[in-house]
Amino acid sequence: MNEEEKEITEETIPRVLEQLREKFGDALLEEAESQNGVVVVVNKEKSYLLLEYLKTELAYSFLVDVTAVDNSNLESELMKYDYARFMVIYQLYTFEEETSRIRVKVPVHEKELKIQSVTDLWKGANWLERETYDMFGIDFEGHPDLRRILMPDDFEGHPLQKDYPLRGRGERESFNFEKQNV
Amino acid sequence: MGLANPNIESGHRADQSEGNFVTTTIDKVVNWGRKNSLWPMPFGTACCAIEMMATLASKFDLSRFGSEAIRFSPRQSDLLIVSGRISIKMMPVLKRIYDQMPEPKWVISMGACASCGGVFDTYTLIQGVDQFLPVDVYIPGCPPRPEDLIDAVMQVQRQIHKGELPKGAEVA
Ligand code: SF4
Repeated sequence: MNEEEKEITEETIPRVLEQLREKFGDALLEEAESQNGVVVVVNKEKSYLLLEYLKTELAYSFLVDVTAVDNSNLESELMKYDYARFMVIYQLYTFEEETSRIRVKVPVHEKELKIQSVTDLWKGANWLERETYDMFGIDFEGHPDLRRILMPDDFEGHPLQKDYPLRGRGERESFNFEKQNV
Repeated sequence: MGLANPNIESGHRADQSEGNFVTTTIDKVVNWGRKNSLWPMPFGTACCAIEMMATLASKFDLSRFGSEAIRFSPRQSDLLIVSGRISIKMMPVLKRIYDQMPEPKWVISMGACASCGGVFDTYTLIQGVDQFLPVDVYIPGCPPRPEDLIDAVMQVQRQIHKGELPKGAEVA
């Protein structure tokens, strides 16, 4: 939970959270409130089902973003989720509810660096997941075409992982400019 | 240059023996035309491009210097303005665009990023396009003001006027 996220008190509990609690119960690891929306942390096994439920039953039909965070420098976050290094984040939006935004976070362990793709729910997730794969190395299972999208195809490493050095590992110097298709 | 000579208009004067012709060299005339009709190929990849656009628009009006004919085809242009960050993935594209431009061609490296990477000493950024392209004029600044770009264009014009070859000229 970061600074902008507040704890939820029982009086003001948003409807969507009630529905999620009812349906997913134990799978919800944490709940919080943030600007006109809620934040839920859900375990990896149930994340796809939860997103599907949000889309099809609760009208959170607009996938704003898919991204990730590398928490390896953040001991407090690591401890909370059984030392899961990465957190995959989905931002959803609805045009129908007062609680218009919902952020779904899914802890992902480094030794099992994969998660189910949501491209069959949202076509727009395609490039977002490719970017997350490119930058963090997270494998989206079931993605139709999981290639790099920002970095060159023959690039090695995933630059937004915290242990990746700022100046790279010599890719800049050894890059093969002749081989590229332009 | 003799072309500004007012007598040049006076070809029908009674006394035909003086004042209606100029002597020069073909190089001078060609260079004079060239320097006043530089056609830029804009390669704007970041914030510097905004300043380049301002330079081209009516307030700063690069057409005063004969360079309003922005070409988005490298085959029709002779001045490459690199304005912005160039990543390793983009460099082959830029190089190919440069190669497609007909000779003689000049290159302006606009801003800190194009000239040396600027503050972005990162894993993917080219630390100065002059590692790959023959740059004629560098413009410092982040971003440079439109006046700086105009100054650079004029500097290229001065080089042409003096008959200097561009850096990238293939001397046979
Ligand atoms: S030099 Fe400054 S203004 Fe120009 S591209 Fe770089 S960061 Fe942007």
